[in-house]
Amino acid sequence: MKSFTFERAETPAKAAAAAANNENAKFIAGGTNLLDLMKLEIEVPTHLIDVNKLKLDRIEETDDGGLRIGALVRNTDLASHQTVRRDFGVLSRALLAGASGQLRNKATTAGNLLQRTRCPYFYDTNMACNKRQPGSGCSAIGGFTRQLGVVGVSDACIATNPSDMNVALRALDATVETVKPDGETRSIAIADFHRLPGDTPQVETALEHGELITAVTLPAPVGGKHIYRKVRDRASYAFALVSVAGVIQPDGTGRIAVGGVAHKPWRMEEAEAELPQGAQAVANRLFADARPTDDNEFKILLTERTIAAVLDEARA
Amino acid sequence: MKFDTPATTNPIDQLKVVGQPHHRIEGPLKVTGQAHYAYENNLPNQTYGYVVGAAIAKGRINSMDLDEARKAPGVIDIVTAENAGDLGKGDMNTAKLLGGPEIQHYHQAIALVIAESFEQARAAANLVRVDYAEEKGSFDLEVAKSEATKPESGEPDSDVGDFEAGFDSAAVKFDQTYHTPDQSHSMMEPHASVATWEGDKLKIWHSNQMINWGTNDLAKTLKIERDKIQLMSPFVGGGFGGKLFLRTDALLAALGSRAVNRPVKVALQRPLIPNNTTHRPATIQRIRIGAGEDGKITAIGHEGWSGDLEDGQPETAVQQTRFLYAGADRMTRTRLAVLNLPEGNAMRAPGEAPGLMALEIAMDEMAEQLKLDPVEFRVMNDTQVVPDTPEQQTSDDDSQAKRDEGGSKALPFSQRQLVECLHQGAERFGWNKRNAKPGLVRDGRWLVGFGVAAAFRNNLVMDSGARAILGADGLVTIETDMTDIGTGSYTIIAQTAAEMMGVPLEMVSVRLADSTYPVSSGSGGQFGANSSTAGVYAACVKLREAVAQKLGFNASDAKFADQQVSSGNRSLALKDAAKDGEIVVEDKIEFGDLGKEKQQSTFGAHFVEVGVDRFTGETRIRRMLAICAAGRILNPITARSQVIGAMTMGVGGALMEELAVDKRHGFFVNHDLAGYEVPVHADIPHQEVIFLDETDPNSSPMKAKGVGELGLCGVGAAVANALYNATGVRVREYPITLDKFLPGILPA
Ligand SMILES: Cc1cc2nc3c(=O)[nH]c(=O)nc-3n(C[C@H](O)[C@H](O)[C@H](O)COP(=O)(O)OP(=O)(O)OC[C@H]3O[C@@H](n4cnc5c(N)ncnc54)[C@H](O)[C@@H]3O)c2cc1C
Ligand code: SF4
Repeated sequence: MKSFTFERAETPAKAAAAAANNENAKFIAGGTNLLDLMKLEIEVPTHLIDVNKLKLDRIEETDDGGLRIGALVRNTDLASHQTVRRDFGVLSRALLAGASGQLRNKATTAGNLLQRTRCPYFYDTNMACNKRQPGSGCSAIGGFTRQLGVVGVSDACIATNPSDMNVALRALDATVETVKPDGETRSIAIADFHRLPGDTPQVETALEHGELITAVTLPAPVGGKHIYRKVRDRASYAFALVSVAGVIQPDGTGRIAVGGVAHKPWRMEEAEAELPQGAQAVANRLFADARPTDDNEFKILLTERTIAAVLDEARA
Repeated sequence: MKFDTPATTNPIDQLKVVGQPHHRIEGPLKVTGQAHYAYENNLPNQTYGYVVGAAIAKGRINSMDLDEARKAPGVIDIVTAENAGDLGKGDMNTAKLLGGPEIQHYHQAIALVIAESFEQARAAANLVRVDYAEEKGSFDLEVAKSEATKPESGEPDSDVGDFEAGFDSAAVKFDQTYHTPDQSHSMMEPHASVATWEGDKLKIWHSNQMINWGTNDLAKTLKIERDKIQLMSPFVGGGFGGKLFLRTDALLAALGSRAVNRPVKVALQRPLIPNNTTHRPATIQRIRIGAGEDGKITAIGHEGWSGDLEDGQPETAVQQTRFLYAGADRMTRTRLAVLNLPEGNAMRAPGEAPGLMALEIAMDEMAEQLKLDPVEFRVMNDTQVVPDTPEQQTSDDDSQAKRDEGGSKALPFSQRQLVECLHQGAERFGWNKRNAKPGLVRDGRWLVGFGVAAAFRNNLVMDSGARAILGADGLVTIETDMTDIGTGSYTIIAQTAAEMMGVPLEMVSVRLADSTYPVSSGSGGQFGANSSTAGVYAACVKLREAVAQKLGFNASDAKFADQQVSSGNRSLALKDAAKDGEIVVEDKIEFGDLGKEKQQSTFGAHFVEVGVDRFTGETRIRRMLAICAAGRILNPITARSQVIGAMTMGVGGALMEELAVDKRHGFFVNHDLAGYEVPVHADIPHQEVIFLDETDPNSSPMKAKGVGELGLCGVGAAVANALYNATGVRVREYPITLDKFLPGILPA
């Protein structure tokens, strides 16, 4: 870990402004991802801005019947919030499928949105990685890729977004609210928030430098059955091989977002249109442009099966 | 004390303390944080070392630039092969513990950065710049297999009768190949050491299973006298074979402390451990079984291939096949390829664990082919003598001649309750509810299956010494370099001494794992419990003699009970013997050739029920049962704890544990506990363990045998067989992750 300076911001605007002054500044929330990466010198901020005291830890109903979730709301609090459990069950279930109780107590909504990939080559600093060191190459391609992406991948990077929460937020059409260093605020649709790797896998989101996440909003509840199925090699405490967030209506229509397969939660309206035809039809659409490796090709069939499991559970 | 005739009745048989379910005597120290593990020894003026691992698998260091690192805040010194002085290599190490200029494997240690704080050492370690000349290496067992050779030591070949002919002419034939992956020990406590020099004497706390091996190899590597070293390891947070040998942390802490003239602490950082230390090597195993229509095995052949660094050792996966089932024509082969992956070595029941993962699937497959129940098929092929007794081998004419003489040279087992284990297990588990046709049992979204496997592991014994001391207060103190790696050694040693001296457990104090104490068996190969307590038994026999003499009793008829020594109607307090000064005696158990008269092995049976999600293929263990026959159980609590831990490892091996090899760069990619998965609580819902009544007078005066590793042997195959029974898809490549059978199951 490199030495760094530290300050505790008092208001969101001040936090963003503080970041603007230093190209190597980073916000720190729960620290459960950032600190690990700093110890390995994968992240090397020279200045940390603690955002924990920004009072962004409330969950409020919005005028249109949705929810506004503060950026600093802990994953545990979000998962156990009554309205979330009642109207946005898929989000609560996705959160509870992730990490461990201790980690969820610390982890925040914004931090979870921005957690970085778990590609093993990203973590081994002896290995070339375009995401860690732009232009150095991608060691994963041609190597051990069982966990990595099958769709939306590029020749520069095939990593996945590891978050469970993000998959549910994608299914719920969430919006990310931010404030920039100059005080300007904006709302970014979750679909546009995470990016595909392309030639610049180091650029993972639509955020600009110093732009602070203040909240995530959910539109009014859409009803239906809320299901989150996470498949992994052990029963708990592991990232997903594949996960499916489903909101399925009584008539068989609904929404499907998939985790563990791409650099962002994977959702396509054309695929959802196939829901009445069943899981295979949905998966065929989702993966029409898939580029899997020999190691991870199974994720395509596994996604289809997991969607089938979700549909079965929805019917039950 | 020589142990060369079977044990007769002795004080242990009273079973007042031994055999009773005592909780760990060191438990309170552990749960209150007072048991100090190696890294927790804090010394005045201590410094922190951080290990730099090689970034290539094979090649040389052209140059190392340490300038920037040396200038970093807090840095005191940096140790490398260049400045460490002349070093030897331990007998038990294959690769050097400090590499450079030659690099033998990925993450081989090449430098130790020593600083005032851990964080400073870590930050500076990232500033060490190394220029390598990388060489091509061999990293793929499948490819290297064709060039594998016959190892020079061990028994790479065994032949009885004519396997090829026997197999060819068998009415029913089975021939399959199995794969087991590289695995990492993944014990909770990382390898860690704290070293300090006092003049030319080295004091070191080093988390280690075998104090004597570790001390000898450290002396050899440092090129100093053994008695200049005091090596201590009173508490160990798991080893599983990974701490059998001297490791980098100890050597580098010693070298670092010598360089900076202050104490140095070194813990291997978790991401370094899988590639820096040893691992269980991957195997490829071919098994052929020939049988009559009646289900009797007539021919059995088992060939195993594994890889290791130059001068390394094979994984002896064929081992158990020489002992487990009957059959006249037999063959085993062990072959070793050179691989430039990290050093392969012992891990959690080496040999039998991966060997049974293959053999016990093969038995399940063969039973199905013969349309026999897999329990009954095993029972039918039981043998009470070792089917592959060395005398029976046909490797030279002489032994062939002996065989032709028809002399029954076959070695009997001292105890063999395999059939009892299988039958009792089947009864208790409800095996008769198993549907022999796979893929038919449903429970909601789950496909349900049952699996069985035999458990087998040879019982090893090792000479073991102890010192026994009687104090004026009547307290009995035992000192031995035996280790307690979480297994319960403290407790069973105290139980042994209490039984022998006729005192309650609270009156025994046990001091372990110090190289200045008498040399013990150490902990490994499931030989520790029986051997080390037998050593304590020997020392206590001597102490009884000294006490009897002091109090004027005849040792042979003196009774030791209730802290009294008595004979006839004369009775004196035990502590009176020490009123003029404590009595100190030392002895060791030395095992003779009893093992050659009767084969000592441990047996068991594992039964497993799994559920497999019919959509996703996720496998969940529903319940597990182990029946073990392993001599006298010295303490049912600690023994059970060993077995359930071992069963858990078996589940890991069956379903998830695998070091993924990058065959281009030559290293294990998933080298931390996030990438290398072991079971979590949610994976292990219900375990039951039953020990059959058994005492084995041939094993030691304790009449006990090893049990820890037995608990793992066969579990993987029992899970695999249950998975097959649930799904109808046979997977012969571990771990059995869902991708390997998903296309074969239908969600409908
Ligand atoms: C052992 C382990 C297991 C895990 N398993 C899972 C799992 O199964 N599923 C899963 O989904 N996750 C898992 N996680 C990841 C966990 O969910 C994340 O670490 C956590 O959500 C990050 O939140 P945080 O508040 O601690 O973020 P931090 O570590 O504090 O920050 C993460 C990033 O977000 C940035 N940031 C934080 N707040 C803001 C803000 N308001 N505006 C802009 N930028 C901000 C930081 O600068 C940093 O780049 C696991 C983590 C660990 C350590
Ligand atoms: S897949 Fe992406 S994160 Fe992984 S090594 Fe390649 S560039 Fe880096």
